[in-house]
Amino acid sequence: MSGTAGAGTGAAGAPRVSMAGGGWRRVVRDQPLIPLLVLFLALVAVLEIAKPGTVNGNWLANTLKVAIPLAILAACQTLAMLTGGIDLSIGAIASMAAYLVATLSLSQGPVVAIVIAVIACAIAGLVNGVGIGVFKVHPLIMTLGMSLVVLGLMSVYQLAMVQQGVHIPDGIRSIGSGIQFDLLPNSLIIFVPLAAIIIIGLRRSGFGRLLFAVGDNPIAARLAGTRVWQVLLALYILSGILAAIAGMLISGQINSATVSLVEQSVLPSVAAAVIGGTSIMGGRGGYAGTIVGALILTVVTTLLTVLEMPEAVRQVLFGVIIVGVAAAYTRVGGDA
Amino acid sequence: MTVAAGTLGPRAGAAASAMALARRNGWTLALIGLLIAFLAITKLLNPNYGPAGIQGLAINILPIAFAAVAQAIVVISGGIDLSVGSMMALASVTSAVLMKGQGDAFGVLVVIGILLLGLAVGAINGGLVVITKVPDIVVTLAMSFVWAGTALLILNTPGGGAAPWIMEIISGPLGSPWLPKAIVVLTVLVIVVWVPVRRSSLGLAMYAIGSHPLAAFRSGVAVAPTKIAAYALTGFFAALGGLALTATGGVGAPVPGSYTLQSVAAIVLGGVSLAGGRGGVLGPIIAVVILALVRTDLFFGGVDPNWSTAIQGAILIGVVMFGSLLAMRKVRA
Repeated sequence: MSGTAGAGTGAAGAPRVSMAGGGWRRVVRDQPLIPLLVLFLALVAVLEIAKPGTVNGNWLANTLKVAIPLAILAACQTLAMLTGGIDLSIGAIASMAAYLVATLSLSQGPVVAIVIAVIACAIAGLVNGVGIGVFKVHPLIMTLGMSLVVLGLMSVYQLAMVQQGVHIPDGIRSIGSGIQFDLLPNSLIIFVPLAAIIIIGLRRSGFGRLLFAVGDNPIAARLAGTRVWQVLLALYILSGILAAIAGMLISGQINSATVSLVEQSVLPSVAAAVIGGTSIMGGRGGYAGTIVGALILTVVTTLLTVLEMPEAVRQVLFGVIIVGVAAAYTRVGGDA
Repeated sequence: MTVAAGTLGPRAGAAASAMALARRNGWTLALIGLLIAFLAITKLLNPNYGPAGIQGLAINILPIAFAAVAQAIVVISGGIDLSVGSMMALASVTSAVLMKGQGDAFGVLVVIGILLLGLAVGAINGGLVVITKVPDIVVTLAMSFVWAGTALLILNTPGGGAAPWIMEIISGPLGSPWLPKAIVVLTVLVIVVWVPVRRSSLGLAMYAIGSHPLAAFRSGVAVAPTKIAAYALTGFFAALGGLALTATGGVGAPVPGSYTLQSVAAIVLGGVSLAGGRGGVLGPIIAVVILALVRTDLFFGGVDPNWSTAIQGAILIGVVMFGSLLAMRKVRA
């Protein structure tokens, strides 16, 4: 029970910080990364206290290995949420990428298989973008419907491919599950450049600024000459491609692929973005916080496994943490 | 309408009010037409489709229909509840654990207790939305973890049992073989619970905060209590959905399944605006039946059942795109 109590104070710590005074309040509002990192380190400390000797190089490698695909999925969510949207289809899309590569790599070769998978995911993202940007369908409904379509099509495809069997290409397996020097997972090769591009791109590039503009005030953005539908179209295509990368990494990590492989990571990806300080109402947030959010969720999971808590407790705690952190943000920032 | 009736004479007045009624409920009327079309297609595809098919359909849709009503109420009030499925799972396992091996009298107590639990759980969701000021979608997403986890803590695998009467109350026909008990139960519960609320000042307040919270506040509507009441009602109907799950399956199911997503799909097809303040509960219920009939028809039509998920998604997207196209036309005109 000590773990539950520890994580509970961790989640409740943020609002207390906000009450300490104007200085702290400003730090939390302007630099949410600092309290997030404090929360992350506190959780790591609790983990080490709960089971001394857990925190070592191997632990770090495995934590990063699990957190990286989640962080990439959460990138889709962060970008969509910045525009005031959400992408619930990334689970189905990422699973599609993993399953396409796994079934096509033997007959077509891994490179062709990966290209086909990424194109298929980009098309799914394109359809999302057309629905949301051009037809003005609510993102929640559009991506929900899209996830049903993709999942359904993949079930049909699965039946056609049933005797084919799945085979994860060696390259993907090595990137997804390999570890260097007992310290660093191979998937960092993909993730570090990707994260750098997203973080810098959001701050410096025109497209990044447009995402913030569209989310902050779509009407103002349109009146200022932004073609909002083009921004949304590009965003959801990008989201589909990112989901494809995450799906392939996960399949490499567990050396298997099914048509619903990534479905269970959809809600945690939203959670990681929310914990990282991205507002679901749009216009506020960033990717650095999301990465720490994904790390926090991964460490909480490890902590509960170490404490031999049932899966149910993990779910309850996930929920409490999300509400607690989101409430702390609204309290500090004034609005959601 | 009374003014129009007075100036235009009784006949024209009746016609005008019928027109107005049709315009106000255009979407629902179109859905009823679609429902009849699908029933006809079903009969064409399978000439043997009769009372037995209707009864199976009614029992099948009962949990999703309650979920759709639950979702409709909260969305009309300007929110959204992504924890409907988890609340159903919680109600289902709690009722199954409590009812196992108990008599009918105790079963009645359990049902009352579960409905109160639903109200309480929903009120917690609504209270958190009001107190934390975090967007509804985030709070209820997080609470969906909490309620699903609690359900798993109560019952790790499907189990428990249902009191015999609760299973009897929804199976079989009532009077005519064409009238399944499940439909009667659904209709009676919706009429007894939702219609009085809808007609009360609370119902009006719920539509008001859904269409424009600030205007509602300035007109003297107590926004926060109304919001909590709407979430509590959603919890109530989600609990009914959970009881329906227990009654149809005979055991409690701790895993939420896809009921949340199905409920959102049903209300959108049923003409409830996600922006709030518009729609009712009849449309979503009809939408649930239509979606179930689509699956049945695909089965009878010899289509590979694996296609049905994709087709359902395509229908959802297509109908919503069509709806928003109509809305865009209206704005331009």
